[in-house]
Amino acid sequence: MLGGGSVILLATQAVAYTAYVSNEKSNTISVIDTDKFVVTTTIKVGQRPRGIELTKDGKFILVAVGDDDTIQMIDARTHEIVTTLPSGPDPELFIQDPSGKILYVANENDNTVTIIDVERRVPIGSVQVGVEPEGMGLSPDGKTLVNTSETTNMAHFIDTATRQIVANVLVDARPRFAEFKRDGSELWVSSEIGGTVSIIDPVKHEVTKKISFDIPGMRKEAIQAVGISLTRDGKTAFVALGPANRVAVIDGKSHQVQKYLLVGQRVWHMAFTPDEKYLLTTNGVSNDVSVIDVANLKVIKTIQVGELPWGVAISQQ
Amino acid sequence: MIRSLLAAILLFASALAATDATEINIGYLRRPEPRSTLSLLQVPADNDGLAGAQLAIEDNNTTGRFLNQQFVLTETRLAAGDDLAAATTALAERGIALVLADLPADALLKAADAGAPRNMLFFNIGAIDDRLREEDCRGNVIHTAPTRSMLADALAQYLVWKQWRRWLLVVGSHAEDKLYGDALRRAAKRFGARIVQEKTFEDTGGARRTDSGVVQIQRQLPVFTQGAPAYDILVAADESEVFAAYLPYRTWDPRPVAGSAGLVPTSWDASHDQWGAVQMQDRFVKRFARRMTARDMQAWSAARMIGESTSRTRSSDPKIMLDFLKGPDFALAAFKGQRLTLRDWNLQLRQPILLSDGRMIVSVSPQEGFLHQVSELDTLGIDRPESKCRLK
Repeated sequence: MLGGGSVILLATQAVAYTAYVSNEKSNTISVIDTDKFVVTTTIKVGQRPRGIELTKDGKFILVAVGDDDTIQMIDARTHEIVTTLPSGPDPELFIQDPSGKILYVANENDNTVTIIDVERRVPIGSVQVGVEPEGMGLSPDGKTLVNTSETTNMAHFIDTATRQIVANVLVDARPRFAEFKRDGSELWVSSEIGGTVSIIDPVKHEVTKKISFDIPGMRKEAIQAVGISLTRDGKTAFVALGPANRVAVIDGKSHQVQKYLLVGQRVWHMAFTPDEKYLLTTNGVSNDVSVIDVANLKVIKTIQVGELPWGVAISQQ
Repeated sequence: MIRSLLAAILLFASALAATDATEINIGYLRRPEPRSTLSLLQVPADNDGLAGAQLAIEDNNTTGRFLNQQFVLTETRLAAGDDLAAATTALAERGIALVLADLPADALLKAADAGAPRNMLFFNIGAIDDRLREEDCRGNVIHTAPTRSMLADALAQYLVWKQWRRWLLVVGSHAEDKLYGDALRRAAKRFGARIVQEKTFEDTGGARRTDSGVVQIQRQLPVFTQGAPAYDILVAADESEVFAAYLPYRTWDPRPVAGSAGLVPTSWDASHDQWGAVQMQDRFVKRFARRMTARDMQAWSAARMIGESTSRTRSSDPKIMLDFLKGPDFALAAFKGQRLTLRDWNLQLRQPILLSDGRMIVSVSPQEGFLHQVSELDTLGIDRPESKCRLK
């Protein structure tokens, strides 16, 4: 989505983007060149970096450093930590509004979602949600924020204008991640302990379908749905299955699982390159990143990063 | 006239239903036993267990806020001679059908049997006796506390993985110590460890706290463990807190200690910080100004099971609850890296067991490579084919 226009301009030459991987244990970000698929440098950050995003203008890396109770803002060019954002305690995942001016942060320890003005770097509100808020999804029109709470086991639908909860949808145990389809027609929520993905109708606030995963020879407890990545056209979904060490490929329309791709151990989160040619996955236990060729649905490369890689964000070069 | 009045009443009634939360009453039945410990750090708090239940009630109520459900916990604290059947009937008369029980085995059975005709469902959060899930199992008692055999198996799997297969087993002289000794012996046989020698440590009485005790202990323990055949680790069964905590660093041969001291298998430990457990630990410390124990976790799990079932079935009827909890749709997230489910043949909660050295989690069992056709969690404890439990 970032700089979609410039992809066309650069189409004649090999396009290299930059991927940023947060390493939960190392307290670093590994910077990866997605042309050569090598780590070019490592940035030292605060304690326990997890959620990671780029600002909409691509100028800054935002990383939630939970044990420092803040979000650090890093210059994407110089790799200097520029400032911090008042995220509230123990931030884990966060999401920006379409304009990039507002940040919604899940505070795991506080049962709240904190709303931050990015430019002024001040908190401008908060919403009380369920126990241990984690996943954050925003409808494409920016009007509905969805937060999942891990112990309450719900997806909370929050009206971003009034900052009120308008609906609560019960999903399977320990919901971790929420992602809207680009056309806003569906919300996908993963449940780590339940091992399922719930497809929710964002208008009716109802679970319309539940996807479960059955991998031969794999015990049920090891199948734990975490990160979700949907292609722009909504035709294909990728779901990271944690300690099952696999990414499920799902047909976006029929919701049928088509394939399981073997990646590294305890796969957490994923990000597409802007041209959607590649999908990068963070593999927590094996300390590496797998590169999936999206067209051929094959894992083509593994890159060693820091210890316990968790989140990944990708920008233009 | 009458018709409009009736309509008004109906309107009023439905308005009430929309605003008044459904109340779910849960009893907490306990008979505090004097529990002295060798280590001053492990003396249980007065609200040990109860605090876990209270935290879960608060968690349930956060969820309940969105579903119009209100959970209320009522504690009944019994004295030594109190009649369990009468206490159970008293709970039933107050409309309480769901009970968290922190009671010794026989007391628990009395309460459960008194509650059975009243459709009451019990959650055993304290008693680890295997017989409560075996020959003395009950169709209205769910167990969130692990069993001795689950704890022993969890320890044995790790020791075998570590290749510490030669054990010196020391068992206390009290009945519970002997039961734990039995479980450890069974575990050794199951997983391929060998008990090279077994010793009994007689409880000759005496205080657990004295001003100059350490001087004598330092001389007694090496002598007690002297002359043992070659062994890798000393495994102690001392639930009565008579001797095990004295063993580390005092054995004749320089060997590690496990079981009731040293490396201890447990359902929860204050140092456990994986799989999101930090949130739980933080929440607990903030609320109760002390650290969370295994009993707290077992009570938390029970009250959360009630919350899970109520939010998903929209009912707090014990029959519906039991069916849901036994069924395939139930999964409890309890910060142990995988879903906890119920063994439907004896109503025991499946759970990973932590191995703690008192400061850190050394490992979590089941260990890799111990396979099972249903759930690897069923490699811990007495499995379905060997079970003596026959639920009606």
